[in-house]
Amino acid sequence: MLGLLARLGATTISSFQRLGRGTFFLARVLTGLHSLLPRPGLVIAQVYSIGVLSLVIIVVSGIFVGAVLALQGYNTLVNFGAEDALGVLVALSLLRELGPVVTALLFAGRAGSALTAEIGLMKTTEQLSGMEMMAVDPLRRVIAPRLLAGFVSMPLLAAMFSFLGIMGAYVVGVGALGLDGGAYWSQMQDAVDFRDDVMNGVIKSLVFGFVASWIAVFEGYDCVPTSEGVSSATTRTVVHTSLAVLGLDFVLTAVMFG
Amino acid sequence: MDSGASSPDILVDISDLHFHRGGRPIFRGVDVRIPKGTVTAIMGPSGTGKTTLLRLIGGQLRPHRGVVRFAGQDVHALGHGALYRLRRSMGMLFQTGALFTHLSVFENVAFPLREHTQLPEPLLRDLVLMKLEAVGLRGARDMMPGELSGGMGRRVALARAIALDPDMIMYDEPFTGQDPISMGALVKLIRTLNDALGLTSVIVSHDVAETARIADLIYVISDGRVVDSGTPQALMESKSEWVRQFMHGLPDGPVPFHYPGPELVSDLLERR
Ligand SMILES: Nc1ncnc2c1ncn2[C@@H]1O[C@H](COP(=O)(O)OP(=O)(O)O)[C@@H](O)[C@H]1O
Ligand SMILES: [Mg+2]
Repeated sequence: MLGLLARLGATTISSFQRLGRGTFFLARVLTGLHSLLPRPGLVIAQVYSIGVLSLVIIVVSGIFVGAVLALQGYNTLVNFGAEDALGVLVALSLLRELGPVVTALLFAGRAGSALTAEIGLMKTTEQLSGMEMMAVDPLRRVIAPRLLAGFVSMPLLAAMFSFLGIMGAYVVGVGALGLDGGAYWSQMQDAVDFRDDVMNGVIKSLVFGFVASWIAVFEGYDCVPTSEGVSSATTRTVVHTSLAVLGLDFVLTAVMFG
Repeated sequence: MDSGASSPDILVDISDLHFHRGGRPIFRGVDVRIPKGTVTAIMGPSGTGKTTLLRLIGGQLRPHRGVVRFAGQDVHALGHGALYRLRRSMGMLFQTGALFTHLSVFENVAFPLREHTQLPEPLLRDLVLMKLEAVGLRGARDMMPGELSGGMGRRVALARAIALDPDMIMYDEPFTGQDPISMGALVKLIRTLNDALGLTSVIVSHDVAETARIADLIYVISDGRVVDSGTPQALMESKSEWVRQFMHGLPDGPVPFHYPGPELVSDLLERR
């Protein structure tokens, strides 16, 4: 019993220590962010690599999630004779929730884990130390471009996901289930509000992109420089990002639509 | 804080250095003076903190007491910008080489030049090839670090460390993993670079024979303190039995081979 309590205490303390280190780390990265201004190429290269890393899985998942939404939505809506509202259902689900959330979860598994492993291995093989001794600050040269690139990429990926989801649903609903294509688009156009739905979705994905990239680069930079250290840091990135995204999604949804 | 008026021909001046890791003392009052233009070796058994000492000089670690001065400046009193400027005049050769695995040999050596200068590409290329030539690896410029042997990798790292023409180079165990031929070349190279470029070299090593061949001055560190210092010849005939044992590499003497622990018999008989 006492042992359990002690373990609980130790876990709590180490979680808070990690949070403290993470915050301090973020502050140091953000204060060095201006050094990227003259070198946008560093960020663009990372946007490219993070984007390419995640593109295939985002495209495939987007199409399938949209297709499944169409099948499920149709089966329910048709009972009420409201199957023409399928476009609305799909668009709102994707723009408000599924686009940002599923993209962030996929991002954590695909790009976040890769970022952590890459940075963790650079630390383990002393590449970050080596950079410091070459008078190049790794926080500015390695971490900052990746953090910024994740932040920028997430809304783009989420937009891609939602767009392909809507297209996937169109193919299933209009192509396979025989809905009227005109109704699909016009009802969607009437019901979707740019500020309430599209912008709120973008804000969500900006927040998720920031948190997911922060966790990924921090876990890599903070990892114990051994093989096990890198491996457990990579796992932590995926788990912590997923939990953070789901938790934040609830809070943001409550604030935006509650 | 004293006024920092160390002699002008001392490049690195370490005084009363204390450092511990998780309560375990690594340094307990170390004083080391590295004169300009010399090859100075810092020797000691593995785990005495030689690598740690280099990191303290480079400002990557912070001492718990004492001062490290480089060219008269207190390394640990500098802000971020000043420390990074100071590091441009230090080169460090890591034990593992620490090459960037995603960059070719050429790009590894070009990295510090690209970061700190705006040299036009042809000039940069010439510079990089000259540095690679100096370490005998101009022909390996297109290889990736993963394709190099450990010894070759270390030499590429050396070319990278001298890319910015620093005032001082720190070598962490440069002789490990070199075959006899490249070892001879490396020993000569360190000396040549030092004298031709007017560098100051700090070699950290437990490799007595090779180090004694090129060092002007040796500090022997053990148990958190400087045990003895002087020229290689002087140390071979040191008054301290410990230093003589270490310098001559004798297996028996005051230095135990075993890390301190319980008796073997009691360890073996222990049941959990
Ligand atoms: N990151 C670290 N955390 C805790 N202890 C360390 C760390 N790095 C080195 N040490 C300890 O500090 C001591 C000195 O290490 P090091 O400077 O690498 O020795 P050397 O280079 O002389 O072999 C060793 O006993 C090692 O166990
Ligand atoms: Mg060492």
